[in-house]
Amino acid sequence: MKYVSEFRSPEVVDALLKEIRETVKGNWNIMEVCGGQTHSLVKNGILNMLPSNVQMVHGPGCPVCVTPVNLIDKAVHLAMDHNVILCSYGDMIRVPGSGMSLLEAKSKGADVRILYSPLEAVKIAKENPDREVVFFAVGFETTAPANALSVIHAFKEGVKNYSILTSHVLVPPAMEAIMSDAACKVDAFLGAGHVCAIMGIGEYYPIVEKYKIPIVVTGFEPVDLLEGILMTVKQLEKGEYKLENQYTRVVETGGNKNAVKTIDEIFEVTDREWRGIGEIPRSGYGVKEQYSAYDAVRKFKIDIAESHEDLTCLSGDVMKGKIKPDQCPNFGTKCTPVQPLGAPMVSSEGACAAYYNFHMATVLEGIGH
Amino acid sequence: MNLFCPIPKLDFDTINLGHGSGGTLTSQLLEAGVFQLLENELLNKKHDGAIFNLDGKVAMSTDTYVVSPIFFEGGNIGDLAINGTVNDLAMCGASAKYLSLGFVLEEGLKMTEFWDILVSIKTACEAAGVQIVTGDTKVVERGKGDKIFVNTTGIGTVHPKADIDAANIKAGDKIILSGPLARHGITIVSHRQGLQFETTVSSDTRPLNKIVLELLDEFGEHIHFLRDPTRGGLATVLNEIAAEAKLGVDISQKDIPVEDEVYGACEMLGFDPLYVANEGLFVAIVDAAVAGAFLKKLQQWEHGSMASIVGEVTKDHPRQVIMKSNIGGRRVVNMLPGEQLPRIC
Repeated sequence: MKYVSEFRSPEVVDALLKEIRETVKGNWNIMEVCGGQTHSLVKNGILNMLPSNVQMVHGPGCPVCVTPVNLIDKAVHLAMDHNVILCSYGDMIRVPGSGMSLLEAKSKGADVRILYSPLEAVKIAKENPDREVVFFAVGFETTAPANALSVIHAFKEGVKNYSILTSHVLVPPAMEAIMSDAACKVDAFLGAGHVCAIMGIGEYYPIVEKYKIPIVVTGFEPVDLLEGILMTVKQLEKGEYKLENQYTRVVETGGNKNAVKTIDEIFEVTDREWRGIGEIPRSGYGVKEQYSAYDAVRKFKIDIAESHEDLTCLSGDVMKGKIKPDQCPNFGTKCTPVQPLGAPMVSSEGACAAYYNFHMATVLEGIGH
Repeated sequence: MNLFCPIPKLDFDTINLGHGSGGTLTSQLLEAGVFQLLENELLNKKHDGAIFNLDGKVAMSTDTYVVSPIFFEGGNIGDLAINGTVNDLAMCGASAKYLSLGFVLEEGLKMTEFWDILVSIKTACEAAGVQIVTGDTKVVERGKGDKIFVNTTGIGTVHPKADIDAANIKAGDKIILSGPLARHGITIVSHRQGLQFETTVSSDTRPLNKIVLELLDEFGEHIHFLRDPTRGGLATVLNEIAAEAKLGVDISQKDIPVEDEVYGACEMLGFDPLYVANEGLFVAIVDAAVAGAFLKKLQQWEHGSMASIVGEVTKDHPRQVIMKSNIGGRRVVNMLPGEQLPRIC
């Protein structure tokens, strides 16, 4: 397939691996920020192909994983107690809340629907004028334009029974939070390519300068990842720290201006709580005041009890790169995709799920199987 | 509407509760519809059950079909229900002979849709060489079903040379896939709400009994195991095989056939083709000594041009399926914790 098969070429992969092996001298911890990158690394078996002194550390870039448990409780509350049609991306519905997941709510009779696009939810709202329709708008900068566009569509078409329950989070503040943790052992970042396709790469220069750390904006295919790792290793070996862009076929320096304009129309930057990590200042999007009629939290005046986390879940340490998923004592025993303690074991971008489902080390050690 | 078998004149254009009452309307629906269309010597007796003889070892299988939507590219719930049970018997090394047919109809189902499904059932029965010999029709209130659910139970005689048993699987056996993956699942998903996208992919629903019997004629007990990777796809079947045989399974991604368009749709939707449902496909575990000849024969079948040896059984990593990725890395292929896509068949 054009633009895909070239980036999965075994010959190119071999050449890149050879060059990485020839270049690397020191021991380096490289964090891939995005969960999509984590899954590609594991599914393609790349973690086992890299030299042992290049360790990949898995970052917090899994939107489902960092969505606060309180917001899942709110979604469940809306679906169960307000009789709304609760629409969501598929990943969210199995994530445990403090009481139940959306999937359990659905089995108890709530109208929970899995969609691929929030614009579909606006359509459902138009088809069901007597019902309230709420879209569970989670994600990083990547899904924000589509979610914002759904509000713009609803506003322009006078659809009043549509709103979004939003939990948007932003990548650069999360990277700063990781770097400012005293226990941080990350030597370089692979930046999240698709986030930069929207936002551009400008936001990362200050992080490079402040923490003197290489950042290479990287794609998701095997060749992308290995090229990104090679570029990073070259900088580390030379003692350099620069912002570089490996994913030039998708990421323009200035990002996608139309998408950013759409985000800015609906959202403003706010403080956000990250599940497993805690509150990070100015790290997310909230709906602007003039569109508050489309913000489900304000629209339904949701008032639910404080939510509580399962404290045995170490997903925060996994997402900050302090431990690898299989170093968690609950991994594969008390916590599996069928009975997850935390979101990273559920999401298709979660590091724990990637290790449980695909990682060779898990099998060889017989954990959880 | 089907031009070859025009719908008979009926008093109603939709199914109503009376059609399941057992009274006049039921009788009208059956006489004008089911009995006339699917007629054969055993069904014509209209008895409570069918009475017949079968020689030798017999296999029996049942399945219920709840696919949504009920019509899709390449088929509908009717031929799916026939082929599905015929194929389950074929995987036992048996040739399906007689089928039962049960309907749960929802009040409001259009008579034209029901008729088109019946005609597909007739065509599928003819193609597979099976007869419907007994059946049942129930109607539930609007909102208590979803248009139509179908159950079929099949019975057939086992091929004299067949010895299909997970206990026969041994290390070194080759794993052969009869064609490209994921067509049925992608066809269904392309119709679902919120997922509409243009595609020319069609379901691979088809009977497998004839090709399986021909393969059994030639390779007999060298065929150690057969299974059709329907719900849960190839990954699930291989995991079941590894667990039942208490052996490991090694597969190679580059040898697993997937058509370009199906592959593109999987990429777009975030599906792994290994987990997507198939309908007219089977996995054969065969003795390595006959694998080449088996593959050659399979590739001569009209639907077998993409058949491929995708891997082999190993003593290493018992109960685990390991895949060598296209780029040479290795990864585990696990069972899915839940449904990737509900109501696929």
